[in-house]
Amino acid sequence: MAEKQVDRTREYVRIESVTKRFGDFVAVDQVSLSIYKGEIFCLLGGSGCGKTTLLRMLAGFEMPTSGRILIDGQDMASIPPYERPVNMMFQSYALFPHMTVERNVAFGLEQEGLPKAETAQRVAEMLDIVQLGAFAHRKPHQLSGGQRQRVALARALVKRPKLLLLDEPLGALDKKLREQTQFELINLQEKLGVTFIVVTHDQEEAMTLATRIGVMNKGQIVQVGTPTDIYEFPSSRFVADFIGSVNLFEGRLVDDEPDHVRIRCGELEAPVFVSHGISAAPDAEVCVAIRPEKILMSRTPPASGENRAQGVVIEIAYMGDVSVYLVRLDGGRVVRVTAPNVERHAEDRIVWDERVHLAWHPSSPVVLTN
Amino acid sequence: MSDAFARLDRRARGLLARVRGRNLVIGIPYLWLLLFFVVPFLIVFKISFSEVRLAMPPYAPLFEQAADGSRMVAIFNLGNYGYLLTDSLYFSTFLYSLKVAAVSTLLCLLIGYPMAYAIARARESTRNLLLMLIMLPFWTSFLLRVYAWVGLLKTDGVINNALLAAGLIDQPLSLLYTDFAVYVGIVYSYLPFMILPLYSNLEKHDLTLLEAAADLGARPVTTFLRVTLPLSLPGVVAGCLLVFIPAVGEYVIPSLLGRSDQLMIGRVLSDEFFANRDWPVASAVAIVLLVVLLAPIMLFQRYQNRELEAARR
Repeated sequence: MAEKQVDRTREYVRIESVTKRFGDFVAVDQVSLSIYKGEIFCLLGGSGCGKTTLLRMLAGFEMPTSGRILIDGQDMASIPPYERPVNMMFQSYALFPHMTVERNVAFGLEQEGLPKAETAQRVAEMLDIVQLGAFAHRKPHQLSGGQRQRVALARALVKRPKLLLLDEPLGALDKKLREQTQFELINLQEKLGVTFIVVTHDQEEAMTLATRIGVMNKGQIVQVGTPTDIYEFPSSRFVADFIGSVNLFEGRLVDDEPDHVRIRCGELEAPVFVSHGISAAPDAEVCVAIRPEKILMSRTPPASGENRAQGVVIEIAYMGDVSVYLVRLDGGRVVRVTAPNVERHAEDRIVWDERVHLAWHPSSPVVLTN
Repeated sequence: MSDAFARLDRRARGLLARVRGRNLVIGIPYLWLLLFFVVPFLIVFKISFSEVRLAMPPYAPLFEQAADGSRMVAIFNLGNYGYLLTDSLYFSTFLYSLKVAAVSTLLCLLIGYPMAYAIARARESTRNLLLMLIMLPFWTSFLLRVYAWVGLLKTDGVINNALLAAGLIDQPLSLLYTDFAVYVGIVYSYLPFMILPLYSNLEKHDLTLLEAAADLGARPVTTFLRVTLPLSLPGVVAGCLLVFIPAVGEYVIPSLLGRSDQLMIGRVLSDEFFANRDWPVASAVAIVLLVVLLAPIMLFQRYQNRELEAARR
């Protein structure tokens, strides 16, 4: 997905050093965040990282222990969930089992005291948008998982909220349906101009949906950025490791110039040459991160004396579009390399136990100083 | 070919064995009901058409030889049912019993619902303790507990003495032998039967539904009325019937605590049997009572089926 430009002048949600404690446990720790109008912002993290607690505080189901949450400039501290200009799509969908699809979707509008005719019209419109017009009189248990998900979405969107919170919106769907629904969600979001905040543990989901991602770990936001930023320029070992897979090498800065650096890693025979400067003290201990798809593998040694390694293929996993190779370097370290399967029948495909040379472009390694 | 037959045969025999096993399991309670409900019911039903007689047994046989001795004649005597209609005592006691049962059921619901709700929402560790407290009275005999209310309610009983001592009243209130005492007795005795089905329903509720309702703009009261209450309806119906049905035929509580000038149908039934020894009229009363109660029982079944269906989803 092409990255959209975020209009940073129109801040909609502002989270100011919010902390949430449950007894001794700190679920959310000093989080500050700004989310702008029209964004799809993904909170990404493993289970127990505090992302759902943060979302629940936005909806008003939990109160921050300290800090402030402002939505559209208004402090939410004293505002109960039923008065917030926010709607939520629950992970379990939380559809009312005793009401038909139509009644479920109408529920929110009835609370606003809209005239019956207008309610009916808006419900019908919304059901058309999510393509459930034919199912208006079914009960939730008569629907499939994907249909229930769309009812939950319709029920939240029919109120025309400025901000929609989605808790693992695609978690219960199977892979094919998920991909399809992801794009439907993006289309809907663009059409309605709603700001989305999505909580997910699925990095693929975050990458496809988000305009920006906030990676969370142990209650803290560790990095905020576009999907490309997060993937290509991770700011910490945690992010590099959490998003996609990565080969990490410990090393020491031996040559620190404004336009390039050299790093010696104990596990690599040759120094790592990086074609951009970094801000670190000379001789500093650093960590080099290289993505598996950025490592080139061949039988012939590379021309350059740097950014290279050699070893033996010990494992090959065929994934269809790509193959994953595990290569044991001569020093003993195992490196992960992926290569696209360009040809259908490659005659001289690299096989098990073969000796290979690895190389990468000087712009590929990411140097992590913390 | 023979192979296929063998397989078919095996499958058929397996099915048969399974059906037989299932029948056995279902058969035992059915047999129980047949022996101890259907047969006695038929006997009572039969007696209700007989004529009373000063003999042993105290009713005339239903089948008699005709005067010429040639054939058996069945004598269906509808007079007992007619008698129930003509004597206003029966009609008024029926009405009074239904009223007492209905009011008690409503009171039980009003008191029991908040209690069940509170228990269902309590912390898991306290929940079991609270449930134990609800069931604690069952450790003492029912009769004893109702008797205890006599001591509490009588003119120089605990309640009157306490109120007098506190200076709230000048002379003792007449609490015992009133409708009030009957309501107190029934509500006290049957409250657990309201709370337990309500609790087991409320405890299963998905609490995110309440959050969803709040998220959609519903205030707590609206959320209760539109989400919690409708979803708890099966529990309400089950609890109401468990209180209403036995309360209609209640014998002990009105006898010990109630008015002497207004009997309940259970008392009338027992008086007809044991004091008047008019078995046919007593049987007719029992049959009518059963028919009156059949309506709520069938309602109960319909709700139970619906809940079963919901559980199967």
